Parts: sequence; C-alpha cells; structure tokens
Amino acid sequence: MTIEEISEKVNTSLAEEFEIEQSLLTPDANIKTTLKLDSLSIIDLVAIVEDTFSIKTDAQEIKKIATLGDLYSYIQSKL
Amino acid sequence: MSRKVVITGMGIYSCLGTGLEEVKDSLWNGKSGIIYDPERKAMGYRSALTGYVPEPDLKNVLSRTQRVFMPTHAAYAYVATDQALKQAGIDADFMENNPVGILYGGDSTAEPTYQAISTVLEKGDTVRAGSGAIFKSMNSTVTMNLSCLYKLRGINMTVSAACASGSHAIGLGYLLIKDGLQDCVICGGAQEINRYVVASFDGIGAFSVRENEPSKASRPFDRDRDGLVPSGGAATLVLESEESALKRGANIIAEVVGYGFSSNGDHISTPNVDGPAQSLENCFRNSGIDPSQIGYVNAHATSTVVGDKNEALAIARVFGKNTPFVTSTKSQTGHEMWMAGASEAIYSILMMKNGFIAPNLNFDNPDADTALLNIPSKRVETKFDMFLSNSFGFGGTNSTLIIKNY
Repeated sequence: MTIEEISEKVNTSLAEEFEIEQSLLTPDANIKTTLKLDSLSIIDLVAIVEDTFSIKTDAQEIKKIATLGDLYSYIQSKL
Repeated sequence: MSRKVVITGMGIYSCLGTGLEEVKDSLWNGKSGIIYDPERKAMGYRSALTGYVPEPDLKNVLSRTQRVFMPTHAAYAYVATDQALKQAGIDADFMENNPVGILYGGDSTAEPTYQAISTVLEKGDTVRAGSGAIFKSMNSTVTMNLSCLYKLRGINMTVSAACASGSHAIGLGYLLIKDGLQDCVICGGAQEINRYVVASFDGIGAFSVRENEPSKASRPFDRDRDGLVPSGGAATLVLESEESALKRGANIIAEVVGYGFSSNGDHISTPNVDGPAQSLENCFRNSGIDPSQIGYVNAHATSTVVGDKNEALAIARVFGKNTPFVTSTKSQTGHEMWMAGASEAIYSILMMKNGFIAPNLNFDNPDADTALLNIPSKRVETKFDMFLSNSFGFGGTNSTLIIKNY
C-alpha cells in the first residue's frame, strides 16, 4: 500500500471519528498540538489504525509519533 | 443555620416524554410507556417488557471529546439537566462564579462495562477497550461527566442506593442547602435501559410476565399484580436556597420541606413494613409537618406482590384511616429504578402545579391490604399543595420526601 493510499484512509477515519477539519490533515500536522489529540484520544487512534489496516500496533510506540506523516510511515512499516 | 430549599428548574427524559410538557400531557392522559422488546426474549429473558426512551442524538450538541466518555444514560442525564438549568435560568457564568454542586442517583453502568470487557477478551489487548470505557463503566459516570461538562465546583458525587438513589440524591442536596453548605445543587437520577442491566434482575423472577398486554403489566396495588416492569431515563431538579433564587430573580416552582430515611436491617430483596413506616415517620418528625397536611402520596409501589402490600400497610399505619390520594406513577412508567425518586418528584410537581392526579393505571381490584388506601384508578382533578414521595430499594434503603407548592 502506498503512502498516498494510507494517508487517504487515515485522514478519512480521523475526520470521521475525531471530527477534525480535513484542511488540518496534512503530513506535517502535529498530532498533539495541531490535531489536538490528547493522551486519551491516542488510545482511540490505536483502535482506528488497527481496524482500518488489520494490523497489530504498540500503543506506546504510537504515543511517541509526532506528525501525521510519521504515522503514515509507521503504518506502512507494519503492513 | 436552617434555610428554605426551593426547586427552580426541572428536566425529564422518560418513557412518558422527553420534556416537561409532553410528560405532563402523558400523565394527564394516563399514557403507558411500556413496550415489548423482542431482543430480550431472544436473549433468554422471562419477561421482555420494558419502558422505552429514544437514544439522544448529541452529535451536533456536544463535541466528540464531551461525548466519548458518556454512556447512554449519561446522555439522558445531560438532556434532562440541560432542560433543568435552562428553566432555572442558570448559565455558564453563574456556574463559573458560584460553586454549584451535583448529586445524582445511579447504581449501575452495565452496558459499557459489558462492552469494554467483551472487546478486551476478543482482542486480547486492554488498549482496545478504548479511551472512554473506564469513565463510562464507573458508577459515578453521570456526575463525572456532567461536572466536567458544566465546570461545576461544588459537591460532586453519585448516590448509589438502589431504587431509592434518586430520592436520596434530592434529600441529601436538600440537607446541604438547608444547612448552608451549598447554595445550589443539581440533583437527579439516571437509569440505563438496555438488555444487560436488568438481565439478572429478570432472572430472580421480579418482573411481570404479562407480555401480551404491555400497558396492563405494571399494575401497582392491584389484586392481580405479578411483578414490576423495568424502565429508565433521567430526571434533574435544580435545588437552591430560597435566598439565592430570590437574589437571581428565578422562578420558584416548589419547596422541598422534608426528607426522611431508614434502613430495614432485614432481607436483601424482600421489604418489610417497619422500615418504610419509619422513613415516613422520620420525614414528618424532621419537617414538623403533620400527615393531615399531605394532599397526595406518590407511592414507591412497583407492582410486586409483597412490596406493594407492605407499603400499603406502612402508609396506612402512618396516615390512619383517612389516607390522602395515593397512586404509583409506575403504573404508567414502569419502575425507573435509580432514577425513580427524582422522576417521581417531577411527575408529582407537574400534577401539583396543574391541579390533577394521574390515574393509577390497572387498579381494577384492591386486595385486603391495598383497600386500606384511597387509590384512584381514574384521573382526579383536584388542587393539592403538598405531597409525599416514597422510594425504597434493595438492601432495605428507604427515602421519603415532602415537597410543597410555592
């Protein structure tokens, strides 16, 4: 799966689940400061990623990811 | 310090309606809120009867971060509380400048607990329970959600006392305000309606099995009653010191004038006569009110054989031969359990303010004990200025409130 395909799926899920404006969903967007996902929201991000891509992740690793672009790359590494 | 405690706002989300006006009309018309739920039957319930309320849609009302920690019954409570605060004229500024408290009755949160544990077992990972699960699954979920949502800074506590929870919440709020420890407390009760919360309650044979006639199943005090019908929703009352209400220029609806309580110290599920009678007697003694001043009794009566009998005997013991009108609004709503004390205070206030007593549905024939009471099976148009409301719960917890017109 290409980074573009991953980003499209992630962005669609984030917009739907977290009610985030599409315009904010850029690769350099910081997950905590720009998208405003706090430590509890990251827990739900884990479920979204695992269910969307049928992969098993590590919540502690996802908590350390800074930007959306880094998240796309992390997901690609698990596929 | 002893201050007058008044009610300045009410909100209701019940099987009789999702607002005060609709509920008042349902009471007037003697409407039943009971349905047959086929999903319960498929699950193995003895009785698939239940009160029904629609699920509130708060997607365009609250943000995702405000909704994600709320189970459905907290959403009921939010809707009821929003109504009550609006009626009371209490806004965010008031809550920022005054330490408003919250005391809400609640004694389960079964659905989110079941869902969270099921997901963890299925996925083999506790993270998958999700961020909201712990907050939805705790018994204090309603007060933790509403206190954060409204930025409350006063007393913040859930009252768990089985089917007397909502009544005790009002009684305790009354005491805090009367004694000068709070000026304003949001009081109420919430009860979840779903297939999980009452499955084991059904299992002990407490529910009516009159499934072919849902609106006739809840028949408090009737000779042929065969058990209760579970129900739910949420009800909120804004309690305030008279001084605070007058200072704000608020519309005062009613005054809480008495709270009594007792514990049976007896069987865990079978009620007795002495405990409830003591709750009523304590309420009269604490308030200095004489039973002859009461125009209406909203009974706890849930439509169980022993519970209704023993309450009838307790009321007859305290009131003597000439009891005021006595009805159980559970004949229309079913048993709203953790919420019932709060919702029934609202039902009674609506009737008091509008000059009627709703019919005790399905009271076709008294038995030897319930014949001691003055129970109207048809609507009575009458003025009364003071009523008493009983709530009793498992473990023998009893609560009695007296509320008068203002």
